[in-house]
Amino acid sequence: MPENLNIEFNRETLDLVNKIIKRYPEGRQKSALLPVLHIAQAENQGWLSSETMEYVAYLLDIQPIEVFEVASFYSMFNLQPVGNCVIEVCQTGPCMLKGSEEILVHFENRLGIKSGETSADGKFTIKTVECLAACGNAPVIQVGTEYHENLTTQKADDLLEKWQAENKNSHTNPYL
Amino acid sequence: MAEQILLKNIDVPGLASFEVYRKLGGYSSVEKVLKDFTPDQVTSEVTKSGLRGRGGAGFPAGMKWGFIDKKTNNPRYFVCNFDESEPGTFKDRHIGQLNPHQLIEGMILGSYALGARNSYIYIRGELFYVLRIVEKAIEEAYKNGFLGENIKGSGYSLDLYCQPGAGAYICGEETALLESLEGKRGNPRIKPPFPAVVGLYGCPTVVNNVETIAALPWIINNGGEAYSAIGIGNSKGTKLISACGHINKPGIYEIELGLPVEEFIYSDKYCGGIRYGHELKAVVAGGSSVPILPASLILKTATGEPRLMSYESLSEGGFVSGTMLGSGGFIVMDETTCIVKNLLTFAKFYHHESCGQCSPCREGTGWMEKILHRIESGHGTMKDIDLLVNISKHIEGNTICPLGDAAAWPVASAIRHFREEFEDHVKLQKCPF
Ligand SMILES: Cc1cc2nc3c(=O)[nH]c(=O)nc-3n(C[C@H](O)[C@H](O)[C@H](O)COP(=O)(O)O)c2cc1C
Ligand code: SF4
Ligand code: FES
Repeated sequence: MPENLNIEFNRETLDLVNKIIKRYPEGRQKSALLPVLHIAQAENQGWLSSETMEYVAYLLDIQPIEVFEVASFYSMFNLQPVGNCVIEVCQTGPCMLKGSEEILVHFENRLGIKSGETSADGKFTIKTVECLAACGNAPVIQVGTEYHENLTTQKADDLLEKWQAENKNSHTNPYL
Repeated sequence: MAEQILLKNIDVPGLASFEVYRKLGGYSSVEKVLKDFTPDQVTSEVTKSGLRGRGGAGFPAGMKWGFIDKKTNNPRYFVCNFDESEPGTFKDRHIGQLNPHQLIEGMILGSYALGARNSYIYIRGELFYVLRIVEKAIEEAYKNGFLGENIKGSGYSLDLYCQPGAGAYICGEETALLESLEGKRGNPRIKPPFPAVVGLYGCPTVVNNVETIAALPWIINNGGEAYSAIGIGNSKGTKLISACGHINKPGIYEIELGLPVEEFIYSDKYCGGIRYGHELKAVVAGGSSVPILPASLILKTATGEPRLMSYESLSEGGFVSGTMLGSGGFIVMDETTCIVKNLLTFAKFYHHESCGQCSPCREGTGWMEKILHRIESGHGTMKDIDLLVNISKHIEGNTICPLGDAAAWPVASAIRHFREEFEDHVKLQKCPF
C-alpha cells in the first residue's frame, strides 16, 4: 500500500471488493473498477478524491490514471465534493412532458441553490440527470439508490422535510 | 388480452422469490434442456421461434447465436444487456424488479446453448436497487442447484454475476457495454469484428436484451413453433411496450405483435386514451431514437392502412412516413406539447451521452442542441431550421456506432412532420406554447 494514502476500507468492505474481483477471469481484475468505484464513492461522502482513486488503483493493481480515465467518463461518479444528500432530477423528454421542470425549479427555490450547486450547510446538492428508466411514473427523481416517482411539489416538500429531519445521507454502500 | 409470456405472473405476490417462482413452474425449461437437449438444439429452437432482439435493433436471436464459433478453445460469454437507458423505455426494470428468476432462467438457457461458463448481467448503475434484487435471486438459484458446479447433475456448470454500469447511455450499445464490463470507458468498438467473434476479453460473446432472454423459458417449454404462431409476419411473439406521456394509463403492456396502434392507444386494456380528453398530437413509438410521427401517420400508414404494432408495419413508409418499433418505448404527446421543446430535451440527451470518439457525433449533437435552444427561446432564424436538417444529414451514417443516427433521426423527422411549428417559433420570436 502506497505510504501517502490515509485511506483504507474496513474488513467487511474489503471482503466485498475481493468477492467482486473473483467474478472475472484471472488477470481481468480491472473489470471490478466500476463496482469498486461505486463503493469507494459511497465510503468517501459521495465523491472520488484523487486519493480515493489512487487507493482503488492500488486495490485493483492498475495505474491511477486508468482509474481517473474511467471515473471521469461516467456521470454517476462525482469528481468534486457534494452535499450529504444528492437529489437527482430527471429532465429528459418523458419527464418534461409530465412537469419535471416545475419539480426542478421547486427544489431549487426551496433550497436556494441552482442545479449543480450544494447548499451552504453542505446538506443538499441538486443535479439534473437523464432518463432514469421510470418514465411511466414521471416525473422521477433519484436519491442514492432510491427512486421517487410520480413526483408533485407537495411530495417534494414532504420528502425535503423528512430528509431535513433525519439529516439524510444518500451515500450508502449500494451493495448493502 | 393476448398470450402473456413475460407478464403472466407478474402480479403474484412474492414472485421475486425462488419458492414462489418455482411453484409456478419456474426453472422447468432448464431441467428439460439439461436432460434432453444438446446446446445446438436449444439454438435451433430459438431460431425456429423467430424471436427477435428486444433491445432495439430487432436482430433474430437464434441467428446471432449461430455466429458463435464453437470450435475455438476460447471461453465463450453470454451477456445480458440490462442497461435500459433509451428515453421512454422502462420495461426491463419491471422484469428485473418483479420477476428476476425468469431472467436468470433465460440466462441459463442461453449460456448452455453457447457453452458459456461465466455469464454477466450488466445493469445500469442507477438501478442498483434492482441489481440487489437480481443478486438475491441469483443467490437463491445457487442454493437450489440451478447455478454453480454441475447443475442438477448434468455436468454443465455456470457462474452468473451482476455488473453495475455508472451512468452512461452509450454503454447500452453492445460493444461499449463490453468495454465497460472490462473496466474501461464506454467507447464503442469498430465493427467488424462483431462480438460473436471478438467480444468480452477478446472471446466469442453474445449480448442480448433482458426481454429477449426472459422469453427463452417459454420458448423451450412450449416449442419454437408455438412462439412463432403468435404475432404477425416476421414479428413473432409478444412484446413489452412501455407507454408514457399524455395517456390515461402509463405503464408496461405485453402485446401480441400486430395489435393495431389505435387500439393500443385508445383501448382501456392498454393506454386508455389521451388524458383530459385531449387530442393526440404525436407519438415516438420505439424510444427517443426513432422518428417521431404525427397522429395521422401513427394511426394509419401513408397509404391509409391501419398501422400495427409490429416491426414491419411501424417502419412502413421508411423514414418519409414511417418509424420503428425500436425498444418499445412508446411516448405519447397531446395537443399541448411543444415539439421543439421535446426535441430539445432529446438533443441535450444525445449531446450529453455522445462518447466523443467521432467528430460528427461529438460536435454535431452539441451544435444541434444549441440551435434548438436558440429556436425554442425565440432567437432562431429560418436558416437555423435548414441548418439542423443539414447537420443531421452529416451525422447520419458517418459514425462508429448508431448513436449518431439516433441523434439525427429525431431532429430530421420532427422538422419533416412539424416544420410549421419550428417556423412559428421563429416568426413569433418565442415559444407559442
Ligand atoms: C446508443 C445505443 C444504446 C443502446 N441501448 C441499449 C439498451 O439500453 N438496452 C439494450 O438491450 N440494447 C441497447 N442497444 C442495442 C444493443 O447494441 C444490442 O443491439 C442489443 O443489446 C442486442 O440485444 P437483442 O438482440 O436481444 O436486442 C443500444 C444500442 C445503441 C446504439
Ligand atoms: S457515434 Fe457518437 S457515441 Fe457512437 S462512437 Fe461515435 S461519438 Fe461515440
Ligand atoms: S424521462 Fe425521466 S425517467 Fe425517463
